[in-house]
Amino acid sequence: MRLVTFLFAASVVLVTLLLVFELWRGSVLPRHKFGFAFFVTSVWDPIFDQFGALPFIYGTLITAGVSLLIAVPLGLGAAIFLAELAPARVSDTLEFFIDLLAAVPSVIYGLLGVFIVIPLMREYIQPALKKSLGFLPLFQGPAYGVGFLTAGVVLAIMVIPYIISVSREVLLSVPRDQREAALALGATRWESTWKVVVPYARSGIMGSIFLALARALGETMAVTMVIGNTPTISASLFSPGYSIAAVIANEFTEATGDLYLQSLIELGLVLFLLTFILNGMARLLIVLTAQRGSGMGNA
Amino acid sequence: MKRMAGLFLIVLTLAGVLWAEGTLSINGAGATFPYPMYSKWFDEYHKKNASIQINYQSIGSGGGIKQVTEGTVDFGASDGPMNDEQLKTYQDKHGFAILHFPTVLGADVPSYNIAGVTGELNFTPEAISGIFLGKITKWNDPAIASANKGVKLPGDDIVVVHRSDGSGTTYIWTDYLSKVSDEWKNKVGKGTSVNWPKGLGGKGNEGVAGLVKQTPNSFGYIELIYAIQNKMPYGRVRNSSGAFVKADLAGVTAAASGAAKDMPDDFRVSITNAPGKTAYPISSFTWLLIPSKFSDASKRDAIKGFVSWMLADGQNYAEALSYAKLPKEVVAKEKNALANVQ
Repeated sequence: MRLVTFLFAASVVLVTLLLVFELWRGSVLPRHKFGFAFFVTSVWDPIFDQFGALPFIYGTLITAGVSLLIAVPLGLGAAIFLAELAPARVSDTLEFFIDLLAAVPSVIYGLLGVFIVIPLMREYIQPALKKSLGFLPLFQGPAYGVGFLTAGVVLAIMVIPYIISVSREVLLSVPRDQREAALALGATRWESTWKVVVPYARSGIMGSIFLALARALGETMAVTMVIGNTPTISASLFSPGYSIAAVIANEFTEATGDLYLQSLIELGLVLFLLTFILNGMARLLIVLTAQRGSGMGNA
Repeated sequence: MKRMAGLFLIVLTLAGVLWAEGTLSINGAGATFPYPMYSKWFDEYHKKNASIQINYQSIGSGGGIKQVTEGTVDFGASDGPMNDEQLKTYQDKHGFAILHFPTVLGADVPSYNIAGVTGELNFTPEAISGIFLGKITKWNDPAIASANKGVKLPGDDIVVVHRSDGSGTTYIWTDYLSKVSDEWKNKVGKGTSVNWPKGLGGKGNEGVAGLVKQTPNSFGYIELIYAIQNKMPYGRVRNSSGAFVKADLAGVTAAASGAAKDMPDDFRVSITNAPGKTAYPISSFTWLLIPSKFSDASKRDAIKGFVSWMLADGQNYAEALSYAKLPKEVVAKEKNALANVQ
């Protein structure tokens, strides 16, 4: 019995290693030809066989970053409401809808982006941002509607359900004594929530955020529908961009030529590494913060 | 009852065996652009020849070339002809050549969305390449305005839209731009995906069409079939004889007919900017890639049979699905070339 379950567990590691091995083996040509330059150059030209991944790495990180900036405060706020303030009936009903949202296929979110978010961005939000915060390089340039900001917003809508759902569970599992002790010491309801319950659940909440980050990094369909699919590195969030997952999905089927195909595979490897590094950093963060009195294990 | 069931089972098994024995299954893979046409053809051909079943997977031209080269499918299909290097790879691997057979034609049309402009605009090759190179940035640029006297064009920036996914549509468009602009040829080149100097990328025809429809002052290219089926407005393009032509199926066939005289024997020809008064300049063949030698004689005969049928009766199905037919000069030439498949 023990052996069988061990094998099941080991298969996960095995699949991961195989995946890396395959990606590594499949990207020999560009590694030899471009070496490290693959990561730091920004020309992607299938005709003249020049491949650089920088704009795609940039686009992936920026869109994921924007989405977390929007999704974390909103998601955490909603989770606190659902776990601490809302009556159980309301909380459970809403939770049902949130789980439903998490299960919606990403192409649907892409359509939502194309038909609702892009026009809203172009007609209202981007002009308004330009007017009020246009002095920042973040909000300059023509408002096409598509671009980093729009992709970030659509991703935020997609990952919020994860943050709410997991964070709510974690907050609900904070022992009742913790709250009661805080209240008994004269804390207000808000103080007990913000200063006792949330810190107690910190590592679990971090877990939910990194789950959301992982989804944002790898999201393909919804991103390619709204990001503008142009490999650019621009300080402006209005600029169209490109992400790693999107370019692989777009160009893989028609990629003729070995160097071209293998460069796309190397992009896959880069995405894998990116996820790996960010996950590692997340673990580290959890370990470091856990030392300051947190009761929850890894979530 | 039990007996009936048993009998039924036996009949079913027998039928299955006979069916499997009698049906020759042929597999192909490649281009997505002609997929509706091919699936109709294979279906009709199967109805006429119940013993031949042709399966086709529309995995993309690149995939089609790759798979036929590796020998995992019996034939391939591509929107762009194989280049010399790919032909050599095939020859080296198999010891015989692979042949191109044009099947139908497709075309790209320039579509736009300019506030206040409802009529059809005229585009010169210089205007189209200038816009895509990023040299012409305003709608009221003289290069556009001079071909459209009487139309009030705004002074707004042009938003260029192109395909983000690798596609035959992009191959036709960039092939055309490479022909009419040396700068494009040297800086960007032609292919199923290129390094665009400028513009937004939309996924698929629907992605480009969506961006063009939504974005004010945009300019993009879409497949003729898609434009016709979705009633997208599109402009006229000046052909090599100096006439502004609006794309339709007859104009596309005329372009192929104009190019037929100089058709090389391997059919790997680009017909963009073809001669002819009525020729629509942004058109292209799409090809079947068929090995010149088959070890299995029944497969060879089946494929040859299909191609002959496709060149004759099969062509009549094309226009109903909005594909342009092959001109008769090309059909005749292909019939002769079929003898090279052995």
